[in-house]
Amino acid sequence: MTDGRPHITVEMLSNPVYLSGARQLVSSVAQRLGFDEMACSQIALAVDEALCNVIRHGYDRAVDRPIWLSLWPVEEGKGGLRIVIEDEAKQVDLDAIKGRKLEDVRPGGLGVHIIREVMDEVKYERREGAGMRLTLVKRVPMTAGPKVTPKCERGCDG
Amino acid sequence: MAERTGLAIGREERDGVIILTPEGDVDMSCSPALREAIRRAQDARPKRLVVDLSQVDYMDSSGLATLVEAMKVARGQKAALVLCNMSAKVRAIFEIARLHHYFTITGTVEDALVG
Repeated sequence: MTDGRPHITVEMLSNPVYLSGARQLVSSVAQRLGFDEMACSQIALAVDEALCNVIRHGYDRAVDRPIWLSLWPVEEGKGGLRIVIEDEAKQVDLDAIKGRKLEDVRPGGLGVHIIREVMDEVKYERREGAGMRLTLVKRVPMTAGPKVTPKCERGCDG
Repeated sequence: MAERTGLAIGREERDGVIILTPEGDVDMSCSPALREAIRRAQDARPKRLVVDLSQVDYMDSSGLATLVEAMKVARGQKAALVLCNMSAKVRAIFEIARLHHYFTITGTVEDALVG
């Protein structure tokens, strides 16, 4: 099931010091869902870049605004991870969210490119009322080992 | 609340070459510390600046931006900027951003001193 109640939701402040915690959470969950070490690192990178964009562009670097990070397992195929990042930041024109040309080497502007490169699905939306919602999906490659389901492997009472 | 950058940066000089060794994750909260360390190093006008990434497990686009900025300064100074000892995970980020050809990247500090 990929809709309905998230399996994990974290509300965090828009303070960059908490980025490492968000990365560790996402990476740990991705690992449990069957992604290899490199994929876990890159999924965490995509989430980090998305959170940075919210902090930098959405909240103009204010460190006390809310961001919600929600995770669901994807059950189709070999499985995967669906991540939703929501905020109350200013709403932006969806057509304006695009990565820049990489031939133009200069500092900054790489976040959206990295997110699109790493994730299988990337969808930006305006939330009703205020803020933005970013949905990211990464599927476990079909060449990976057996599917891992988010169930307690040794029984949940021990 | 006091905020820690989470990034220690070692500095060593060998025959006119400055070697910086950041230790920790280079993300949005920590890249300003790396930027400042590089700026100070480049202010000394070394003929070569080496950034040893052996102690960096993770880097995001703010770290990449810091290094791109440093490379532009180095080129302006007609000096060399060399990155070395990248883990596979950090190198992958350079490749995703297509920046692995923009930098001189070596496997070891010793290679970076001459590469």
